[in-house]
This record gives sequence, structure tokens and C-alpha cells, in this order.
Amino acid sequence: MSDHGFAKGEAMKQVTLTIDGRQVEAPTTATVLQAAKSAGIYIPALCHDERIKPFGACRVCMVEVTKGKRTRLVASCCYPVEEGIVVKTDTEKVKKIRKLVAELLWPAALPLALELGVTSSRFSAPRGECSLCGLCVRYCDEVKKQNAVYFEGRGIDRELAFVPGVKVDCRACRECFDLCTGGWIMNEASKAFE
Amino acid sequence: MTKLNSAKDLAALRERLTTTHKRPDRCVAVCSGTGCLATKAQVCADAFATELQRQGLAGEVELRRTGCYGFCERGPVVVIQPEDVTYLGVKASDAAEIVESTLNQHQVVERLLFKDDHGTRLQHLNDIPFYKYQTRLLLDANTRIDPKRIDDYVANGGYSALSKALFEMKPEEVLAVIKHANLRGRGGGGFPAGTKWETTRKAPGDIKYVLVNADEGDPGAYMDRSLLEGNPHSILEGLIIGAYTIGACEGFIYVRQEYPLAVTNTLIALDQAREYGLLGRNILGSGFDFDVTVHRGAGAFVSGESSALMTAIEGRVGQPRPKYIHTSVKGLFDRPSNLNNVETWANVPLIVNRGSDWFRSMGTENSKGTKIFSLVGKVVNTGLVEVPMGITLRDIVYKIGGGIRGNKKFKAVQTGGPSGGFLPESLLDLPVDFDDLWNNGSMMGSGGMIVLDEDNCMVDSARFYIDFLAHEGCGVCVPCREGLRQSLHILNNIVAGKGREGDIELLEELCDLLTNASRCALGTSASFPVMAALKHYRDEFEAHIRDKRCPARVCADLIQYEIDQQKCVGCPLCAKSCPTKAIHGTPKKPYSIEQSLCIKCGACHQVCPAKVQAVLKVPALAPRATTVS
Repeated sequence: MSDHGFAKGEAMKQVTLTIDGRQVEAPTTATVLQAAKSAGIYIPALCHDERIKPFGACRVCMVEVTKGKRTRLVASCCYPVEEGIVVKTDTEKVKKIRKLVAELLWPAALPLALELGVTSSRFSAPRGECSLCGLCVRYCDEVKKQNAVYFEGRGIDRELAFVPGVKVDCRACRECFDLCTGGWIMNEASKAFE
Repeated sequence: MTKLNSAKDLAALRERLTTTHKRPDRCVAVCSGTGCLATKAQVCADAFATELQRQGLAGEVELRRTGCYGFCERGPVVVIQPEDVTYLGVKASDAAEIVESTLNQHQVVERLLFKDDHGTRLQHLNDIPFYKYQTRLLLDANTRIDPKRIDDYVANGGYSALSKALFEMKPEEVLAVIKHANLRGRGGGGFPAGTKWETTRKAPGDIKYVLVNADEGDPGAYMDRSLLEGNPHSILEGLIIGAYTIGACEGFIYVRQEYPLAVTNTLIALDQAREYGLLGRNILGSGFDFDVTVHRGAGAFVSGESSALMTAIEGRVGQPRPKYIHTSVKGLFDRPSNLNNVETWANVPLIVNRGSDWFRSMGTENSKGTKIFSLVGKVVNTGLVEVPMGITLRDIVYKIGGGIRGNKKFKAVQTGGPSGGFLPESLLDLPVDFDDLWNNGSMMGSGGMIVLDEDNCMVDSARFYIDFLAHEGCGVCVPCREGLRQSLHILNNIVAGKGREGDIELLEELCDLLTNASRCALGTSASFPVMAALKHYRDEFEAHIRDKRCPARVCADLIQYEIDQQKCVGCPLCAKSCPTKAIHGTPKKPYSIEQSLCIKCGACHQVCPAKVQAVLKVPALAPRATTVS
């Protein structure tokens, strides 16, 4: 599972890529999102956290990458850096995707929506308070190794749920509460562990 | 079974099976594919066994339970060999007569033969229009072998391609043949198999895998099932050749749990191949080791996506990986893994045996060989058809399919499974070709082909596919999960007469998001049904939204049923069929429908005799207010 793992200790081989017109150096193991961050270039993201593996779910961090003659839209949190690629983080296409994603998640990811200038949604079946970004699930699994929360169902029926009979008390841990993009985990934990 | 230790042993076995140990020439072949089993082929075959015994023919006439013939709609299919007399819709009660007349007296049973448009009875399989225009390279063997007997496969030349590859060709040479043949993936993408094989072959790593994708889940499609059920060894032989070429030590067949017969026949095939030494250590004494495991899918459509399939085999939830590295480099257990569809693998032995030039002689510039389609919907003849690439959609629909049922007007053909697009009448002369279909807003997909007529509403059809995809995606990424959820909501509103101005544009925006931002191919292609429907049938969307009218009179909320008082003869059929007792009247006088009680199930419309046709579907006076979730 070390595909896009992060450089640890030893001197890593470096590559040079262009992000928004700037030459950026990054270790071969880095993702475009990490490379941008290290160069102080901001790419918005919802489901990303440095402590856990990239998930590629929210698509807010989409950027345009040109490699040779081919330009494509990719999720920068998952896309590995490569020598010579040209990345644009703020094109019209990219902005359109981010705004529409925020609109689709409305009102679950309110801070991000407001940051992107989205103040309402044209969609009449609102998402609710959970964006299914999975930060809590993945944090609980990968960092806390507790697996108290999980995804239930698939497709549009996918929902978050507490694993029945789990031994940890989420109200005592609370570590993922701050990660939550919509406030679901805090509200539900207090109900589930009463 | 004795183990075969060399190419010579295999050749000797084949020699024996075709001479001294040859099975009788005379044979009753009963289709025992899932389609025919559903129409009691098993009972039928048992009846033949009894009859052959009773009429003293058991020794000289073989009863062979074969794989799928493709003409499932008219099953059970029974073919008498070597005369090639084909009987359709055979019942157990017909067995005595067939054995008596055809086998004992060499007379055909006329009433069980195919009757063409002019009323002529056709005797032979290939005289039947459904078969006449096909090129059955892969499906043909289904009719000649018992899938549970490896000897049948070997007697028909089976495993000769493997022997040729192992002893007469280097892996590079096999690769060159597959590349030159330009065999493209039959599972959907149409990616060149040779290129994929080469990437896996060249990828660093000692342990490599080859995999068969038999997670066929498209609504109405069953090409792969029939191949696995009917001729599992052809896929296995292709897989072993692929493993030898790529340098893989282990293979996996990912097959749906919902295909019990395919699972059974595959497991039997693996056991028999192992006993003959065609799998396992030192295959045919060549020094090449390879074995195969069957993995049964747990029932998620999305597991057919390559990285999801591999994740599922690893024992985790089958959802696509968020990676930009090909599975041919890092796939199953992070090792180089080559995944091909059932049909792609089945083509491999044919190409190795007959050469790439032979394969290239069929098809178009960039699509070679044949393709199996599951032809269903409003055509006269439905079933599995194998056609050469380059044949027009019109030929498939009209020559093989026999045209539209009940003299209705053709409206669209939907190809490529749930994420394929609709192609209208004006595109019927399009050749079956990976690129041509793609460039026209549809795709080859794995081979689903659903024909729609004037009675199909295109908004409702698009809604059906979006509903399928919305529930069958993994649900990880926002564009696919939320995009499809809102698309479905909008489409549900439109068919319920609650569409609004701007809905079409919103749908288009969502399609754009799906295509550009989804995490895997399920999402990026999920926009096809809506995009194609909007491109070719925009007027139907507009009629639903602006006029609250369903031109095809399908959408229940926009129509109502009425009884023509002039035409109604007063038979009580409609009143009897009505589940809500909304139809009132007295026999021999015209009946009438109480609209407030009607749930628009259409039962009255169906039972009203064709001669009378008094029950009419008319536009609803006022759209019903129904709640749409």
C-alpha cells in the first residue's frame, strides 16, 4: 500500500513539474496535491487528510494535468507526480466541477461551498448533513485502528453507520469530530452511545 | 483419466477420441443452457434418454446435453445429428415422436420445425434466418460439445492451440500474433488485448496474474454466461495461453455467484483439465506451471470494473481503487495483473490456431473478428447472436432479429449495457465497430443490444438506466453518487409530469460532471443514456416537461385508460382483470373506467382482445399528483 506513500527519512529521488506556471520539485512518491502544498499552492479538497490514505472521493481537488500532448482532469490527491507534467489548478473546467460538487453536497459541506462561492443549491433532493467524505471512517480505521464507523450499502443508498456492538465510545475519543465536514458524526455519536 | 505428459500424448488422446473411442455419429443434442433449462430442457433430455432406451437406440444414438444455442426464446432447442434437423420449443412429450419418426424412420416432425414468414418449415439450423446471417466462431462449439466432458472439447480440436503455443512458439511469438490480430477487449472498453498483455509481461515483478472477468451484470445480457456454461475449456485454454505469454503463475476466474451453472461447469472443467495435466505443475511436460482459482462474485455490478474486481478477490469490498496506475502494472495483491473478459479469452485459442491473418480477415479497419450480442427487446427473434464486426445494426435488427414485433415502428437500439447510449433509426446503418459506436454516443460494451419500438418512452428508458446505475455504483465519489441521485430525481419528476424548465440543462450539466470528474469508468460512462436520449429524442423530454404529455403513452402519470364506448363489445374481461375494481358495467353493454380508482396498471389494455381494442391509452386530462421521492 505504498504507492502514493509519503517520503520517509531517506533521500528520495526528485522530479520537477510545473504547477500554475511555477517549477516545483517533489519526491517521486508524492502526489500532485502534496507537491502543490509544499510549494504553497492551494488546492481545495474535502475528503483529504495527510494522516490517512488518499481516497479520491470528493473530486474537489481535481486539476488539469498535461502529459505530453494529452490533457486530462485528475484528482490531485491520488495522481502521482511525474517529471515534466504541467498542472493547472484553477482552470474554468476545474472551477465548474468544484462548484457543482459543492452544490450537490449542499448543505453537507457548507464551509467549502461558501469558500467556493456557492451560496445555494439548484437541486431539490438535498444531501443531508453527511457528505460521505469518509474522513471519520478512514481515520478510525487507519489511525485509531478501531473501526467504529463504516459505510453501509452502495450507490445512492450508501450511508454511514456505527458498527454494531463496537467497544469504543466515540464520545470519549472525539478525534474524528473535528474532521467531519457536515457535523454528522458528532450528532449521531451522541445518539448512538447514549 | 491418465495424465498427458507431452504434446504427443494429447495428440494420441485426440486420435483415440476421434477413431477407436469415437462417440456415435448419431446424436440427439439437447440444449442445456440456462435459457433452455428454464423451459424444462432437463425434463426433455431425460425423456429422450428414456425413449432411446425404450426404442432400443441407446447404444447407437448419443444423448448430448450441450451448451447454449442462443435461440433461447424458442427453446428448448433439440438438434438431431448428423442430419442437422433442428426442433424448437420441444417438450418432454415430443421425445417419443421424435425418436420414433426422425431417428427410427428418418422422417422429420414438421410441427416442431421453424416456420418462416411464408409459412415454409425450415429443417436445418443454418437455414433459420436467426442463424443464417451469423458467423458463429465461438458459439458454434457450444452446439457440438457437452461442457461437462473435456473429451468432447479435445475431440473437437481443443487444447491444440495450447500445445502449439507451448511447444512451437515462444511467448514473444504468441504475443506478436495476438497483437497483429488486433484482438480488442470484449468486455466494454475495447482496449487492445495484445497491448495489455505486453504491459503486464514487461511490468517488473516475479509473480503475475491473469484473470477472467465473468462478472457480467448488464440488464438483459448473458453472452459470457453462455460461453462459460457451454464451453468453459475454450476460455480456460485462452487463459493458459495468456499466462504462458505473460509469464503468470496463477489465474483467477471471477464469476457471478448468480450464474450457478457457469460456476459448476467451470469447476468441472478445471478439475478435468488438472487430471489431464493441462493445469498445474509442468503442463503437458513443457515445464510451465499454472493453476486457476474460481472466485465467486458477491453480487455487485461495480465489481466488474477491473480494480474493483481485484479488490474483491483480495477479500475486501469490491469498489474501484482511486489510482492512476494500471492494474496491468499494479493489480491483484499489487502485482502485475492482466484482466480480460470471457469472450476475449475465448478468442485466443482460435487466433493461435488459425493465425492472425485469418482473424484480421473479418471485421473493419480497427475492429476484427466477431462479437456476440444479446439481442433482446422488441424484435421478433431474440437471443444470443454472434456477428462479424462491421455488420450493420440494421442487419442485426431486421435480418437476424426478424424486425420489430407486431409491425410496430422501430425507435431505438440501445447497445453497450446500462451505460451505453440509444441509437436512432438514422444511425441504423452504422457498422458494429468499437470506434463507430463510441463516436456516435454509444458503445460496444460487453454486447447488450436492446431494441425499442414506438411504444417505448425514451425519457422513461433513460430513467431506467440511471436508476440501475445509481443503485449499482459503489457510491464513493460525489459526481457518480450525488450526480446520479439528482439525475434520477429530476428524471422521476419529468416522467411524473413535474418537470420544470431548466431540467434539461441541469441534466446536461450533471452529465458533464459525470464524464469529467467520476472516479471510475462506471461513473464516466453513466452519462451516456441521458446524453444520447437528449441528443436524439429531445422533443420527448420537452413534451413531458412543457406539455405534460408522454408521446409514447408509457409514463403512468401522464396517461389515462378509457374504454371506447363504440368499440366495446361488453365482454367482462377488463373488469375481471382490474385489481382495483375501477371498471364498471354489465355484460354485453359497454364498460367504463372510474378514473379516481384507476392505478394505471394497464391490465385492461392487455386483456382487451386484439380484434376489439376498445381500451385506449389517452393523454391524462390533468397530471396526477403523486409523490416522488
